[in-house]
Amino acid sequence: MSNVAIRIDNMSRDFDTTRALDGLSLEVPSGIVFGFLGPNGAGKTTTIRLLLGLLEPTTGRAEVLGYDTVTQAEEVRARTGALLENSGVYEQMSAEDNLEFYGRINRMSKSDRDARIKELLTNIGLWERRKEKAADWSRGMRQKLALARAMFHRPPLILLDEPTAGLDVASAVAVREDLTSLAESEGVTVFLTTHNMSEAEKICNQVGVIRAGRLVTIGHPDELRAKAGRPQVEIVGRGFDEHILGLLRARPEVISVESQNGRLTINLREATDPAPLVSLLVGEGAQVEEVHRGSASLEDVFLTLMEEEK
Amino acid sequence: MKDDILTVVWKESKALLKVQGSRSRILLVMLTPILLSVVMPLTFDEPTEWTNTVFSMMVAVIVPMMLVGVTIPDSFAGERERNTLETLLASRLPDRAILFGKWSISVLFAWLVTLASLLLGLITVNIKFWGGGILFYSPTVAIGDLLISLLMATTVAGAGVLISLRASNVQSATQTLMMIFLLPLVLFQVVAVFALRPMIEYLENMNGEQLLIIVLLVLLLIDVIVNALALSRFQRAKLILI
Repeated sequence: MSNVAIRIDNMSRDFDTTRALDGLSLEVPSGIVFGFLGPNGAGKTTTIRLLLGLLEPTTGRAEVLGYDTVTQAEEVRARTGALLENSGVYEQMSAEDNLEFYGRINRMSKSDRDARIKELLTNIGLWERRKEKAADWSRGMRQKLALARAMFHRPPLILLDEPTAGLDVASAVAVREDLTSLAESEGVTVFLTTHNMSEAEKICNQVGVIRAGRLVTIGHPDELRAKAGRPQVEIVGRGFDEHILGLLRARPEVISVESQNGRLTINLREATDPAPLVSLLVGEGAQVEEVHRGSASLEDVFLTLMEEEK
Repeated sequence: MKDDILTVVWKESKALLKVQGSRSRILLVMLTPILLSVVMPLTFDEPTEWTNTVFSMMVAVIVPMMLVGVTIPDSFAGERERNTLETLLASRLPDRAILFGKWSISVLFAWLVTLASLLLGLITVNIKFWGGGILFYSPTVAIGDLLISLLMATTVAGAGVLISLRASNVQSATQTLMMIFLLPLVLFQVVAVFALRPMIEYLENMNGEQLLIIVLLVLLLIDVIVNALALSRFQRAKLILI
């Protein structure tokens, strides 16, 4: 198998007068968890639909696992698992029957289907409830089932559209953990769209940021933070009054200062030694307990990129 | 392709009668064959009024129409309404396997219920007019019942697919479909009221076989057109945008 799971080449897609994707080019290596980040309406779902051959590009082309998404769409779909915007779980059917259906679709043998149902439902902690109708389950449980369904036929690539959207924190964490452990144990490539930055930061090896149908940047979360995120200093202590904050803001290396509950977050123009800032604080009578150097979170990077694009 | 169609049939058979609302609609519709097949034969004075005339063909027309009219929208528009369509389309199933699988289970279900209703009517007539020998439908009526019910089921299924592709939900698809097929029946009744005698005279000049062949040919023509349209319209790229 090629070491590139997804290759998108200058792909655009129009809906009437709206351009949903605008010359998108992207390569996703095999065996990684790739996060496709972007605000609502950026073109994330359209990209997934195009990759699955559910839509045809207006211009450009894409290959998934070496297959053209237009002329070999059935080959693509046979080798991918998908969890789309809606879980797609048949609520009037049991969990077992939902998985059985997708096993039959993928022409797995009866013994393989039975073994796989047990394996996956056990892994996600739902084996004991396999006979229950999915309608009686929580949304988080249905999402876990949909994740198991996407992986059921052991596809080398799974495409997930906002897999934790709309879930409460506990369910989202559970789905994320299942996703990470299943992806590791199965060794699959995962392409997931999300607008949850912390999610992407936690589970993705590589992220691409899309805005208005165009790729803004791509790289490892750390690389993006280093490239686009500005250095920060975080100081924990007491006595950070307005006078002190004003002095800090007046310094040339400081871009902005935020103070909240005894925690100062100082955004710097470049990575500089924080010692002069600490000296200034101590000299003005503040008490400094902790000093941390850091870079912006992926969320900050994302917001910066969105601002730059405007 | 055959295995894929059977997979869809398996899934549809699991889902049939299980969706809330649809189950009650289908059970309500199931009352129609019982009323037609049991109550109507009981009102006749002669057994041949049921076994040798067009009355049993009412069952062959109405029952498949009503059953397919409920199951097809639920199967197609319902898949979209319940947000399961896109995931199904993202699977490796070919478009035609999805279409034929859903179409077949609805047609088969309706046709079997219709045949069971016709059998029920025959049993009713045999019980009411029992004279030591078993009564059967005349060959023309039997062939007519079998073919008309099958053609009605497939025609309504094709039309149901077309309507469901554009309908926003199951209810609107069902209503539109029923309206389309009940309208000709209502028009026929209106025409019959005002032109009963000329109609009878015209029909009396034809023998039963001739009339049956004409009806079957017309139905077959409509059937082929409607299903060819459904086949050409049922495409992933179009479905995903609706």
